[in-house]
Amino acid sequence: MTKKQKRWRNRILVALVLFASIYALELAGIFDATFGHTQAIYIEFVLFLIPFLIAGYDVLIDAWKNLRAGHGLDENFLMSIATIGAFALVFFPDSEPHMAEGAAVMLFYQVGELFQSYAVGKSRKSISDMMDIVPEFANVEREGQVITVDPAEVAVGDLFIVKPGERVPLDGIVESGESQLETSALTGESVPRTIRPGDEIISGCVNLSATLKVKAIKPYEDSTVNRILELVENSAEKKARTENFITRFARYYTPIVVGCAALIALLPPLMLGGGWADWVLRGLTFLVVSCPCALVISVPLSFFGGIGGASRIGVLVKGSNYLEVLAKTDTVVFDKTGTLTSGTFEVTNVLPNDTATEQEVLEYAALGEAFSNHPIARSIQERYGHDIDVTRVAGVEEIPGHGIKATIDGKVTLIGNERLMYLHNIDQEIGEGIGTKVSVAIDGKLIGSIIVGDTIKNDARQAVEDLHAQGVHRTIMLSGDKIEVAEEVARTLGIDEVCAELLPQDKVTELENIMERDGVHVVFVGDGINDSPSLMRADVGIAMGAMGSDAAIEAADIVLMDDKPTQIACAIALARRTMRIVWQNIIFALGIKFAVLILAAFGIANMWMAVFADVGVAVLAILNAMRAMRIAKIQ
Amino acid sequence: MKRSFKLEELDCADCASKMERDINKIDGVNKATINFMTSKITLDAADEAFDAVLDEAQRICAGYESDCVIVR
Repeated sequence: MTKKQKRWRNRILVALVLFASIYALELAGIFDATFGHTQAIYIEFVLFLIPFLIAGYDVLIDAWKNLRAGHGLDENFLMSIATIGAFALVFFPDSEPHMAEGAAVMLFYQVGELFQSYAVGKSRKSISDMMDIVPEFANVEREGQVITVDPAEVAVGDLFIVKPGERVPLDGIVESGESQLETSALTGESVPRTIRPGDEIISGCVNLSATLKVKAIKPYEDSTVNRILELVENSAEKKARTENFITRFARYYTPIVVGCAALIALLPPLMLGGGWADWVLRGLTFLVVSCPCALVISVPLSFFGGIGGASRIGVLVKGSNYLEVLAKTDTVVFDKTGTLTSGTFEVTNVLPNDTATEQEVLEYAALGEAFSNHPIARSIQERYGHDIDVTRVAGVEEIPGHGIKATIDGKVTLIGNERLMYLHNIDQEIGEGIGTKVSVAIDGKLIGSIIVGDTIKNDARQAVEDLHAQGVHRTIMLSGDKIEVAEEVARTLGIDEVCAELLPQDKVTELENIMERDGVHVVFVGDGINDSPSLMRADVGIAMGAMGSDAAIEAADIVLMDDKPTQIACAIALARRTMRIVWQNIIFALGIKFAVLILAAFGIANMWMAVFADVGVAVLAILNAMRAMRIAKIQ
Repeated sequence: MKRSFKLEELDCADCASKMERDINKIDGVNKATINFMTSKITLDAADEAFDAVLDEAQRICAGYESDCVIVR
């Protein structure tokens, strides 16, 4: 508790003790016995006024101030009118005294407010803990000396030192040192990452084992940590429809309830004659229930908790509106390369003829491609795995669109696609395998072929399965690749539908067709750079590979920090839970309030129930909203 | 110019949304957002009017919650 809250608490306690003693004396009939019934009422009036003022003087003062500032219908004002009204009932000749109730309502209201303030403070704290990825300082090397400065003062190109246990202050490239990095605060990934010189590291991670020397590649304000914080904090600008609805609702709710209160207090006695005290009391009870605070606090808090929780598992959401749409997702459209596959080439199969071995095919291919930098060439060299003796190779000739012709160990060797083999009249089987086929022929005879393909991400299959388990009806994959390749990948992953051989601009058209055909809640998942138009067009665009890719952060609505497609299902689960909590709170708060209003109108509910319907409901709604932050179950 | 400031003693969510509404009505304000959970106000306003806008915003905040202060 803060100092202010402690003072507040003590004040309430003093008022509570006083109130209890006076109430006990009243119940025991001491005042009546000593002063006689009529006298006793006025004495009690004065006595109850004391704990009332101790507990609620600030409420009365604020109400007065706000009234003068011209915004009347705030909580303080309503509560003041209701409690003062309860005291004032003593002046009605036909009424029972309600001073005890007036004082008690104020006391209760303050207890609730204190608890509410405490709960808000608690949830603010857990949000700021969650956002606790801010590096406090950077150890910069300047003129041979290491000095400690604010991260914002480090320039691009500066060298800085990160000791074990310290947070990486800026995005950079490791110059020297090998260590383990804890990235869990940013990606939710619990396994530490091993890093070596030359690796790019991002700010906000914690260095675990050894000192690193790092060169800054981005200024602090563009570094990952600052961008994440800005993104999560600015998410308040894009409000969900439910959130806007609540704000609008609150604007009408209070005046309407206050209007009803006035009608109930005035109309029936005027029309039916008499019974003022009873009807006025019902009107006052209305006033107590008329503050919409339970909703106004708990709905945004649930969304903020959901967004905060998501960021802890490495899913950045740009606004609560996206969380709202994501919860309704029924169709997920994937880009293939870079999203479901890793986007890097790898030898997936080696098919030697009867005359050669696997190793021979790889050897000749690697020798022939020794001077090439093409990703396919590199994947073959990598698979070959031995040092390449380039002295064995002569007269390398690259034939664009076909492959390579070279002399290896004095023999004419052809390495390339089917067209190259056809050109040189080499017999071959036209295979229908997936991936790119690289054939190798020596002295006009085929010795075998190598299939190079894109590799599917480890958790891609799981990701599609999880989505189906989450109730996503359709998963669709868009690809610029050949139809055979795309279909094979889709089959392996369990994806429902494939559109292949698409040019980049066709992807958006195809996405629009899907959105028109399948309804409105379509999520597109892409790797950000070439998929920007589709990411923007979809109801929710999810980008992979946020690390360092500005285009992804710009275009997408949701960004997955560590490229794992399984995070999509996590994000949907989290969004759905958040929406459940939001609706629970809305229904619970409104349900209780309306119930108490109706009961009060018929004279069944008293002020005690009304106070519960106001602050009690608010506190319960806040506690419920805080569940949105928890991530244990989602993972 | 767009800057964000900490709001001290912002205790009431309903007040925060009313403050936000009123601050957005000040001349020269492009967009003002109050985030109740982080107790922050993000103010996007014309450069030349920024200080005046901030003074006015402070007055509005204090009008709803007397001890609420924009930390500059």
